[in-house]
Amino acid sequence: MSEQTFVTPAEVVTSDPSFMRGHGTYQEGKDIVSAVAGVVEQVNKLVTVRPLRTRYGGEIGDVVVGRITEVAQKRWKVDVNARQDGVLLLSSVNLPGGVQRRKSESDELQMRKFFTEGDMVVAEAQAFFQDGAMSLHTRSLKYGKLRNGTLVVVPPSLVLRSRSHFHTIANSVEVILGLNGYIWVCKRATKAPEEMDPDELYANVNEDISNQERETIARVCNCLQALSKRLIPIDYTVLAFAYEASLDRETKELLEPEVIEAVTTEAVARAAMVNE
Amino acid sequence: MTTVTTAVGGVASFLLFFRAVCSLFIGATSFAMSRVELLNPEGLRVDGRRANELRKLSCKLSPLQHADGSAYIEQGNTKVLAVVYGPRETRHRAQVMHDRAYINVEYLVAPFSAGERKKRSKNDKRLLELALAVKQTFDSVVMTTLHPRSQIDIYLQVLQDDGGALQASINAATLALVDAGVPMVDYVCACTGGCVDSQALLDLNHIEESSAETPDLTVAILPRSGKVTLLQMTSRVHSDQFEQMLNLAMEGCRQVHAVLDSSVRDSMQQLADQMTHR
Repeated sequence: MSEQTFVTPAEVVTSDPSFMRGHGTYQEGKDIVSAVAGVVEQVNKLVTVRPLRTRYGGEIGDVVVGRITEVAQKRWKVDVNARQDGVLLLSSVNLPGGVQRRKSESDELQMRKFFTEGDMVVAEAQAFFQDGAMSLHTRSLKYGKLRNGTLVVVPPSLVLRSRSHFHTIANSVEVILGLNGYIWVCKRATKAPEEMDPDELYANVNEDISNQERETIARVCNCLQALSKRLIPIDYTVLAFAYEASLDRETKELLEPEVIEAVTTEAVARAAMVNE
Repeated sequence: MTTVTTAVGGVASFLLFFRAVCSLFIGATSFAMSRVELLNPEGLRVDGRRANELRKLSCKLSPLQHADGSAYIEQGNTKVLAVVYGPRETRHRAQVMHDRAYINVEYLVAPFSAGERKKRSKNDKRLLELALAVKQTFDSVVMTTLHPRSQIDIYLQVLQDDGGALQASINAATLALVDAGVPMVDYVCACTGGCVDSQALLDLNHIEESSAETPDLTVAILPRSGKVTLLQMTSRVHSDQFEQMLNLAMEGCRQVHAVLDSSVRDSMQQLADQMTHR
């Protein structure tokens, strides 16, 4: 970790002509010059510079949480915290009435029945368009409309890639760690999506949420905010430990700097032990 | 940082007051040519600097957490905050460019920034012109073709104006863009130059800038290549003096670059330490 090399814009990264230039660099004569301030990374002969703070870039297969911003011709525009809005095509969502169903013109006319402006959605990055916009899909029962919860925004670089991004905490709260830095914390659904009525998948009403559940949701949100405030990389393990460490405090105490310090330090220490 | 600068400011304003009183006194007795003596026989200026000295320059990266990038800069008593959002989805359809990003600059001046309290409208022509100057400076430096169909917003807020607000804004905007991780060909470093009694001055303050007989020149350069991206002057000067002013201002830009670069390195190191050593 300690032998990180930092470069700033217009600094020559290498003059060796055998290297290829990657993201965050540009070529000037023989030199590969940095275009951003960040860390030099090298994979074989490819040299890239990764800025420490930047917008979400995205890769195919990423789980992202987003908000619908626009309903357009056969597609929804989704704010995914990236350089451009993502695109969710009507042909890449599951509609009520079976997976194999063909999309008809009447579906096009009632697109707002499925997703409308302001709805939250969890999806997977399927492909990228020529101009760099992300194409999303929700063709699995894991993905789809989000309800019964609240959004937490953290810097995208803090969310770690892991095998699963859907987790349950304290048996009552579900957390979706979107790789774009949008994290959805909600009440655990009483019904699995497979058992749901087709119309229920796109319903706009929340279930009843008890005070106890609300409290737990708030606590998880505060834990996430605390981790992000201390710039701690977030995955399920560290979040679960932060939650456990916070249990002997009141939820609102988690906003105080000393408590944030104590809780996150304990969580990181315990997570480090597990990882060893 | 703040306390140190205020102390310096306090000393500077005392000196300034002292000078002004002196020159008034001399003016009354001996019919001196100018009302305020901008460069005294010992070669000192109204705030006690020499002709080729910059004011104290200090900067801080990412003072705001919620923005993609932000920077706060103090050049003497001139204080500017720059905030960058983006690249992000364009706000208006008309601004979408299919091959590159659109850069939007808003230049705002706080009512309390100058000696006289004055509220300026957002559509003030002079502010729009300054915003345009900043936009054109960065259009050629930011690698906009990497982010087609998106928009980069740069908000500049002048909190205190003691001369050289444009140069401070450009320097602050550069830092904020670097902080936001926006790819750029180079830093853009700006500095002003002036001229009194055929002696070139560096980094004019408010008194020097507002005096009628000093021409004031703002230059922005790319330090690596030495290319000039902005050159602005509204008065007439002899070409010999212009050469002298330009060379001095460009030398000032290089000094500014050294300060900006070291503050970027410091903030990177700090961020990296926070993320690794727990």
